[in-house]
Amino acid sequence: MTASTRREVILRVRRFDPELDAEPHWEDHPVQAAPGMTVLDALWQVKERAPTLAWRSSCRMGICGSCGMLIDGRPRLACNTQLSELGTGLVTVAPLPNFDTIKDLVPDLGPMFATHREMRPYLIREDSGEQENPTREYRQTPQELERYLQFSYCIKCGCCIAACPTVATDGVYAGPMPLAQAHRYDNDSRDDGFASRRDTLSSECGPWRCHFAGECSQVCPKGVDPAKAIQLMKRDLVLDLLRLRRHHDPAPVAAAPHAKRRPEIPEAPPRTAG
Amino acid sequence: MRERSLWTLSIASTGVIVVLLGVHMTLMHLMGGEPLEWGSVVQRMRSVLFATTYVLLLGAALYHGLYGFRNILLELNPGATLRRATNAVLLAGGLGLFVFGTWAAVASLGTGATFGG
Amino acid sequence: MTARTHPNRLGLRGWIGGRNAGFERWLYLLHRISGLGLLAYFVMHIFVTSARALGPESWVQAMAAVSGPVFEIGEYLVFAAFAFHAVNGIRLHFVELGFLIGRPIEPIYPYATSVGRQRWLSMTVLAVAFVIVVFGGYSFFIAG
Repeated sequence: MTASTRREVILRVRRFDPELDAEPHWEDHPVQAAPGMTVLDALWQVKERAPTLAWRSSCRMGICGSCGMLIDGRPRLACNTQLSELGTGLVTVAPLPNFDTIKDLVPDLGPMFATHREMRPYLIREDSGEQENPTREYRQTPQELERYLQFSYCIKCGCCIAACPTVATDGVYAGPMPLAQAHRYDNDSRDDGFASRRDTLSSECGPWRCHFAGECSQVCPKGVDPAKAIQLMKRDLVLDLLRLRRHHDPAPVAAAPHAKRRPEIPEAPPRTAG
Repeated sequence: MRERSLWTLSIASTGVIVVLLGVHMTLMHLMGGEPLEWGSVVQRMRSVLFATTYVLLLGAALYHGLYGFRNILLELNPGATLRRATNAVLLAGGLGLFVFGTWAAVASLGTGATFGG
Repeated sequence: MTARTHPNRLGLRGWIGGRNAGFERWLYLLHRISGLGLLAYFVMHIFVTSARALGPESWVQAMAAVSGPVFEIGEYLVFAAFAFHAVNGIRLHFVELGFLIGRPIEPIYPYATSVGRQRWLSMTVLAVAFVIVVFGGYSFFIAG
């Protein structure tokens, strides 16, 4: 990388130190941007001059969901955003909106995770014995998998909640991520928890305040498409209200294999866990 | 539990509105003539069919409109008291307007009521 | 020690959206604004048309009260709001019940989102509403 391939970009960063500042303020920092640099790389460069700048990041490859920020007015992952795709010589970096800011670019994601837990984002089945001490896998066809797989890619980065117009004003609405995760489990053929999630979802925090602005799906870095999950969830819940929703038994436990073991193949070693 | 029912009712009301308001618009704007002349008004207001459709449209449109308005207000995150007050005022207002509109439709039927259109 | 946090909710600015607000975000905003306008008109309409129950003089008086250029333009705006709200409402009828937005798919970049899949419908809505508004404008102001 020669000096001529770098261009100067100004990173305008939103600073807020709870011990010193009453209000957040902007700070400009010059960055030597090389081709292929992401906003996260630029932040590390800024850190050399401004060591107190705080943000969350970890995997730097778009899978951990830590580095969600408002970059040039749009919620994105800093590690997934090339400086070159932003184009201009000035890049604004602010903490994710619709979350309280703890410091600088660090949002308080606690409320999001709390709401997520209220949605019971785990398999709920009657055969809890099998769930605690599994003997075999649950049977699920590829078609059944496809019904929820997309929504399982969520990395809980919070970008969708930052983009949602309803969450911008409403403190009760659950937001795209928790609702999409509730639908992920309702649509999972191994799950039998629709009835236990139904009351929460039929209340004020449910999908009824979504008006399909679709911003959540447009900013989602993993293509989870929470807007799709929420509209499908509305259909499910309305059908359930009209007693038209078909109930399926949850996926059964796979039967034990009944083929005979060939004599030259040894038995499995004893279990070391559980 | 209520929110789901309220929303479903709103969706149902849009179906009713599309049909009845479509008819209303056609009559008022696409059939020619002078629909606002007293003679024309009398012809419609004495008809039980018209009165019934007016009352249905009134109910569906009032519900749909006030439900939307209530959602806009509640999405602004009011406190518990203001939330209850909003629901109560809009419900009372909606019922009041419905009763008033129904009275106007029924009173207009008068003694020379017809059953046709 | 828990340091104080700074609130960062977007508030009403979040309804309007930032620099990168999508197409459907504008439709949502227009749907709200037209809905409010229609509601205001509707309440007034109930009162004005109820005058028919009190006889011809009352009716003529009510009609006179809502005549004039301000009301003519106002009526056209209500008509425009109705055209958009109705056509967009029909679209929402379908998509908010999960139709026309596609099935769950394996997300492969660039992602085909549900909003993207029904974009043709949004465009159709705008085109149809525009045609109605233009034809209505002709009928209101130019023809008889």
